Amino acid sequence: MPRQAPQGTQAVQRALALLRSFTPEAPEHRLSELAAAHGLHPSTAHRLLGVLEAEGLIGRSPESQAYRWLPGAPGTGVAGSSPRHNGLRPLEPLRTPFHRRTSALCESDAWRDWSGYTCAETYEPTPEREYWAVRNAAALIDVSPLFKYEIAGADAERLLDRVMTRDFSKCRTGRVMYTSWCTEDGHLLQDGNVQRLERERFLVSAAEPCLRWFEDCGWGMDVDVRDVSEEIGVLALQGPRARAIAEAATTGIDFGAMRYFDLAAGEIGAGGGGGPVTVTRTGYTGDLGYEFWVAAEHAEALWDALVEAGRDHGLLPAGLLALDMARAEAGLVLIDVDYVSAADAEIEVLKVTPAEAGLGFTVKLDKQADFVGRRALELERDRGPAWAMVGLEVDWFELERLWSEIDLRPQVVGQPACREPTPVFAPGGWQVGQCTTRFFSPLLKKYIGLATVRGEAADLGTELDVEVAVGYGRRRARARVVERPFFNPPRKTAVDPMAGVNG
Amino acid sequence: MTMEPAAADGIGSGTPSRGGGRFDAIVVGAGHNGLVAAAYLARAGLDVVVLESSPEIGGATRSEEAFPGFRFSVFSYLVSLLRPEVIHELDLVRHGLFLVPTASTLNPLPGGDCLFREADPQRTYRHIVRHSRRDAEALFEYKLEMRRMGHLMYRLQRAAPDELAAAIGDRVAESPEHLDVDVSAEVADIARYFLDLPAARLRTFAQMLTMSSADFLGQWFESDVLKAALSSSSIIGSMLSPRTPGSAYVLLHHYMGEVDGVYREWGFQKGGTGAVAATIARAARSHGAEIRTDSPVARVLARDGRTAGVVLANGDELRAGVVLSSAAPQISLGRLLDPEDVPGDAGAGLVERAARWQSGGCAGKVNLAISGLPRFECMPEPGPHLSGGITIAPGLDYVDRAYDEAKYGGFSERPFIDMIIPSVLDPDMAPPGKHVLSCFVQYAPYELAAGDWDDGKREAFGDSVVRTLAEYAPGIEDQILHRQVLVPPDIEAIAGIPGGNIFHGELRLSQLFLLRPDPAAAAFRTPLPGYYLCGSSTQFGGGISGGPARLAALRVLDDLRGVESAAGGGGETP
Repeated sequence: MPRQAPQGTQAVQRALALLRSFTPEAPEHRLSELAAAHGLHPSTAHRLLGVLEAEGLIGRSPESQAYRWLPGAPGTGVAGSSPRHNGLRPLEPLRTPFHRRTSALCESDAWRDWSGYTCAETYEPTPEREYWAVRNAAALIDVSPLFKYEIAGADAERLLDRVMTRDFSKCRTGRVMYTSWCTEDGHLLQDGNVQRLERERFLVSAAEPCLRWFEDCGWGMDVDVRDVSEEIGVLALQGPRARAIAEAATTGIDFGAMRYFDLAAGEIGAGGGGGPVTVTRTGYTGDLGYEFWVAAEHAEALWDALVEAGRDHGLLPAGLLALDMARAEAGLVLIDVDYVSAADAEIEVLKVTPAEAGLGFTVKLDKQADFVGRRALELERDRGPAWAMVGLEVDWFELERLWSEIDLRPQVVGQPACREPTPVFAPGGWQVGQCTTRFFSPLLKKYIGLATVRGEAADLGTELDVEVAVGYGRRRARARVVERPFFNPPRKTAVDPMAGVNG
Repeated sequence: MTMEPAAADGIGSGTPSRGGGRFDAIVVGAGHNGLVAAAYLARAGLDVVVLESSPEIGGATRSEEAFPGFRFSVFSYLVSLLRPEVIHELDLVRHGLFLVPTASTLNPLPGGDCLFREADPQRTYRHIVRHSRRDAEALFEYKLEMRRMGHLMYRLQRAAPDELAAAIGDRVAESPEHLDVDVSAEVADIARYFLDLPAARLRTFAQMLTMSSADFLGQWFESDVLKAALSSSSIIGSMLSPRTPGSAYVLLHHYMGEVDGVYREWGFQKGGTGAVAATIARAARSHGAEIRTDSPVARVLARDGRTAGVVLANGDELRAGVVLSSAAPQISLGRLLDPEDVPGDAGAGLVERAARWQSGGCAGKVNLAISGLPRFECMPEPGPHLSGGITIAPGLDYVDRAYDEAKYGGFSERPFIDMIIPSVLDPDMAPPGKHVLSCFVQYAPYELAAGDWDDGKREAFGDSVVRTLAEYAPGIEDQILHRQVLVPPDIEAIAGIPGGNIFHGELRLSQLFLLRPDPAAAAFRTPLPGYYLCGSSTQFGGGISGGPARLAALRVLDDLRGVESAAGGGGETP
């Protein structure tokens, strides 16, 4: 005889009772059977089972539509499950907190795995409109699969200053810092953003797991490192209309006062009430933009508020292909694509220093604190980096020349950024590096690439040859070392990015 | 009426210099071609001035805020023909070129049906299958052949017509040692390419020069709605029906455009087409060209059988040994040039022929400011189809009837409409949530059988457009906040194109290649040494192309080099 439940918790009690009905011995039940066994009205049972199913605690038989036991789901008697590993069950893709919204819009059904999550590559069959939305209106991108770590405690700043190459004694509360972190021998592990939420509380976002690294580096410190990856959903709102939309979708934030890499807390919804949200003026597109950090339970409210506010501003949901095109134009490097983390580099030659990955500006050798990799990076400063990350540009006439050999116009446009590394040569000579991201920018009307080349080949204006596919053949195209970012609109950092925008 | 962005850039301050001056070259007209010519000449180091008669630059390439907060591309509305060499040699991206692709074409049909063509050919196949399985398959073959035709035209556009004709003529005669025109290796290569084309390709080319587009398309397709949809490009800007012989060439003209090497792509310039003119003007000024608005030119000045400059309408004289006119031949040859100035008898008949140039306008433009997105019966919700072209041409008979009405001197009661929604492609074109609708409409003849184009007729024409739209997008009549109706006499008055023909003259075989705009002035040179043509009425014709102006400017530079190298006389070959 169950205890009488206090007011308001009856539904929880009923749901748990339903959940306990699913066991390896009795794995499958029909709705009518469960309703009868638990003395529930079928519609109540249906509602509760729907929640259990949506939460991934039970499944549904595709043939009979009966509800099914899921091996390893919490509450069903098999222990040892975690959100990233579901016990004995074959690993299923994780869903971001926005998945119900994104999946309803993903007409292309083109999903890609990102750290175990399913993310839309495109929403429409081709990424063009999503890409142009970033540059011409605004795009909404689900970047929740980022790993997120909350670092809190009296020694939080001390830990960050010990791990990171940037100087966190100079990171005020309400600011975000983009930084690198390295191994003891100065090799780059990752790059990422660090938000200073409070004096003693930071949020690190990273592409790969780093809980153990931070904990080990903080050994003996008064600091708590917590993986909050699954608890926080992240949306990037990027494009010239981002501010107008952000303002209409939130309350309590003075977007006019937000500078590039500022952080602010507010409420979701034009009149508030949608739940708390943290907004950073950051992004991975090189455009005006904001990132919204929200507790998973308020994620859908945030999505809805932004979509509603964006309706009149040409906002489109954008997938990872459009994001990748934009970040290439912004000249932003990507881990595992443009550089190999020292944590993954099986051989020495793959490892790079921050400077060699184009992130030298994140290394602050003048900072007070000692940090992991400092001595090695000081030596590198004296010696000079062996490699350099450069922007390469192949002009239109060179493309015309190459394709005219097979009597075609250049076949370069409409292709997403290519991540297959190809060699870079001294003109007509030996290999001096590799090009790791490249694509034809329809905005700049140039073929652009990010390449790691020998330090001596890195000066602006240096001519290099890159290998490009022309039909079935491979040809060397003459490229020039140019400044990164390839595209850098003033609105990205402008104090009043509304200037010149209607409304 | 606020024009922009020309004024915003400080180009065309409206305070032209009243004094004279001496320049290396004078360009008449600040439309896109005049500006391209000026940019090339200035880039080569010449001291160049552009003289524009109206208060604004752009010609038919202009935007304006005709209603507060709403920007219209007044006349031309999409870009495809703009030559890549013009874009890259003049570095137009740096100066503001920003082309957003229009990826799809929707043809709404009566009864809530439609024909939809998307960027993805396989999806398009599935749309067409609903109308004809054979046609859906044939579309692949047709597009392939048209890409080859586009590529053929790409080659032809790289050469001046006289050089190409000479090179082809000599190839045909198989007597290359008798070349009487010195052609470059590239031109010789193009001639060889042309003559080595497979017979099937040459046949298609000949068909495109002569056939009606309906017959041409009939070789592939059975579906009337698809034929009507595809034939849209064959009548744009032309007083032709899809059933008129010669309309297939206009089709070809619209397939030779490209965006970044992809034929048949179209782009919308952010800010409207006026921003294209502003971009080219910026490029020209970056090389030192001067642009004067409110400076109508009365005539070309000649001394001793050579060009000596121009005389402005106010009597001022500007001196230059080179003058280029981007205006239509009625102006360039018929008005600015005095045949008496032309040496020998080369000027004989020039004025008379210019007067007979076929350039009656046939199209109007209806620009609407609307309170919300139109809801097309076939696809009422917002979606990708609204960022593409939308064409009302539900059948060949429909278009033919619309043409018939104009043939007899009326405007179409149920017109052909080619529209885009610029504010979907560029949210800066209208206030948030509001939109602008650009409707290119046929047919509206320059001359009506009964009376002149007065406000009443203009509005009646506008009404027929709105009524037609409402058949496919019910309720649109209640969304209209402002309506701008422009008919050929308006194009003539504002853009300065006689007759209001958007191509500066019909694109038909009698007015193409060595006949464009006149046998005596077909290769950018006129019979008066030093006086050149560089506008849409020269080889390759209209559209926001810049191609004619580039070739004209290169010819000017060649001729100047010829003058320099021919020490002690000789001069250029006219």
